[in-house]
Amino acid sequence: MSNVISAKYITRETDHMQYQPGMDDIGSEVQDEVVARMNAYDASRYTAADVRRALAEDVLSPDDFAALLSPAAAPFLEQLAARAQAETRKHFGNAVQMFTPLYIANYCENYCIYCGFNCHNKIRRAKLDADEIERELQAIAATGLQEILLLTGESRKMSPVEYIGEAVRLARKYFRVIGVEIYPLNVDEYAYLHECGVDYVTVFQETYDADKYETLHLGGHKRIFPYRLNAQERALKGGMRGVGFAALLGLSDFRKDAFATGLHAYLLQRKYPHAEIAFSCPRLRPIINNDKINPKDVHEPQLLQVVCAYRIFMPFASITISTRERAGFRDNIIGIAATKISAGVDVGIGGHSGEDKGDEQFEISDGRSVDEVYAAIESHGLQPVMADYLYV
Amino acid sequence: MNDKLILGGREFTSRFILGSGKYSLDLINAAVKNAGAQIITLALRRANEGGAANILDYIPKGVTLLPNTSGARNADEAVRIARLSRECGCGDFVKIEIMRDSKYLLPDNQETIRATDILANEGFVVMPYMYPDLNVARDLVNAGAASVMPLAAPIGTNKGLATREFIKILIDEIDLPIIVDAGIGRPSQACEAMELGAAAVMANTAIATAGDVPAMAEAFKKAIEAGRTAYLSGLGRVRDTASASSPLTGFLEL
Repeated sequence: MSNVISAKYITRETDHMQYQPGMDDIGSEVQDEVVARMNAYDASRYTAADVRRALAEDVLSPDDFAALLSPAAAPFLEQLAARAQAETRKHFGNAVQMFTPLYIANYCENYCIYCGFNCHNKIRRAKLDADEIERELQAIAATGLQEILLLTGESRKMSPVEYIGEAVRLARKYFRVIGVEIYPLNVDEYAYLHECGVDYVTVFQETYDADKYETLHLGGHKRIFPYRLNAQERALKGGMRGVGFAALLGLSDFRKDAFATGLHAYLLQRKYPHAEIAFSCPRLRPIINNDKINPKDVHEPQLLQVVCAYRIFMPFASITISTRERAGFRDNIIGIAATKISAGVDVGIGGHSGEDKGDEQFEISDGRSVDEVYAAIESHGLQPVMADYLYV
Repeated sequence: MNDKLILGGREFTSRFILGSGKYSLDLINAAVKNAGAQIITLALRRANEGGAANILDYIPKGVTLLPNTSGARNADEAVRIARLSRECGCGDFVKIEIMRDSKYLLPDNQETIRATDILANEGFVVMPYMYPDLNVARDLVNAGAASVMPLAAPIGTNKGLATREFIKILIDEIDLPIIVDAGIGRPSQACEAMELGAAAVMANTAIATAGDVPAMAEAFKKAIEAGRTAYLSGLGRVRDTASASSPLTGFLEL
């Protein structure tokens, strides 16, 4: 396995744009293009006519996508929702995939000032052993779910790749579809996890604005901007079937970040046409020891605009809606643009089969069980789908 | 009328292959009934044996299952999915779908030929989904396909017979049943495909996204039957101009 430099050597003095020893550098033409086009994106220059033109297109260009994200598109929100809904129906019918995240450890070596897991936040830390992981998996499988997302805090030291690989092998016994949301890896490590049974890798870039990124990520591996940004491409090179993208909306200029997120996915899909693309649309949430964190200027209408723009730009992409949002918002957006929803969520450590032994990453807004979410999906005339993939 | 569709040695009177994706599981029964369908496709990736919302529990008995290999990116993956399908008790029919493109979901013809060859040799009734190319269709015949399933338009687009001229060539030149698949958005388009001489039509999105799924299934059934009857009856030729009875040969002394 790769020998990546210890996190403790990466501090706020470290140049966040420089790869560190042991980190794969696969080149960065995708990164350069995403960042350059994002920097050139001036949302205020788009007009209602640009929005109308974009909505009239069959297949949208990145510039059309930019128009849909602009303030000029806000008065067209109902039209955006209608187009997004038509695209969702065309590509997914009324299917809505269900899954749940399983946090197996919350140790973290990063200092990200907005995150509840950050290494300086005083919370209860924990890591599940193999027996505990299996009990959690059994408890989740008993709810009927067949897709699971394994998560850790970002600590190579406390949650090494092999530890995650073993958790994946256990998960294969109970689940059809396995994704991971963990610290970024090198290509050979992604290949190893794929062999263990992982097919989907999600990495939140948080913000694509490198200057802003530096001020938010003060230490640990995550500080290295290009290593994180190129994680999805390394995952694809490692054989993963699909990759997920997200900006944490509210950290920086959300329109620019959403534009960069979509463009990043667009460019990678062109380079790796078989890649399955997924978006998450998280907004900032309060965390333990800081209940003042909020999504700033990204209110529900702005969030809906972003989600619809993703859908219309990339109609075939999977879009996940987080428990960060309230039940009423989630139930309605799956009827419009989102195709994947979590249920029975516990963002602490160990809470599915016993008592939480580690604290949560953030406060969730929708604590409904799998049965409750299943029923809510059906009551909207949609079809819950437990597995939509076969590991081959 | 003794007009049968024969696939893998089995006889079917219905020429409407119904998809089962993209709509609520509890509508499948009514859709099959109204469609008069005897073959229903299902994505094996959706068949979660023993789990909640298992599509296999909703498909009426007596209907031939046509599992597809959606999700396969190459021949090897398609072969593995097909074998798994047989192990799961889904029978010997398999619709090969191999996509290397997540945006348009266009089939990979080369890999499809390779998978057809392997699976036909293993005794599967292989029905490959393909981009309508005559040379590829011939290769599929030689590889042992039971039918050829050219796309009318990109999957899910409801754009109708965008590849009409090429499908017509397959119908004229290939001796296997040509089953038009993907892109058929309206009953009238299904009817048109049947008038051309297609052996059957497969549809999913057009029905799944209708306001009334079972009613749309019935509309397709009627359109497909009308198109088939028209084809068998011999359609009149379409002319660009009105024609006198014998403008060029009227000078001949009889």
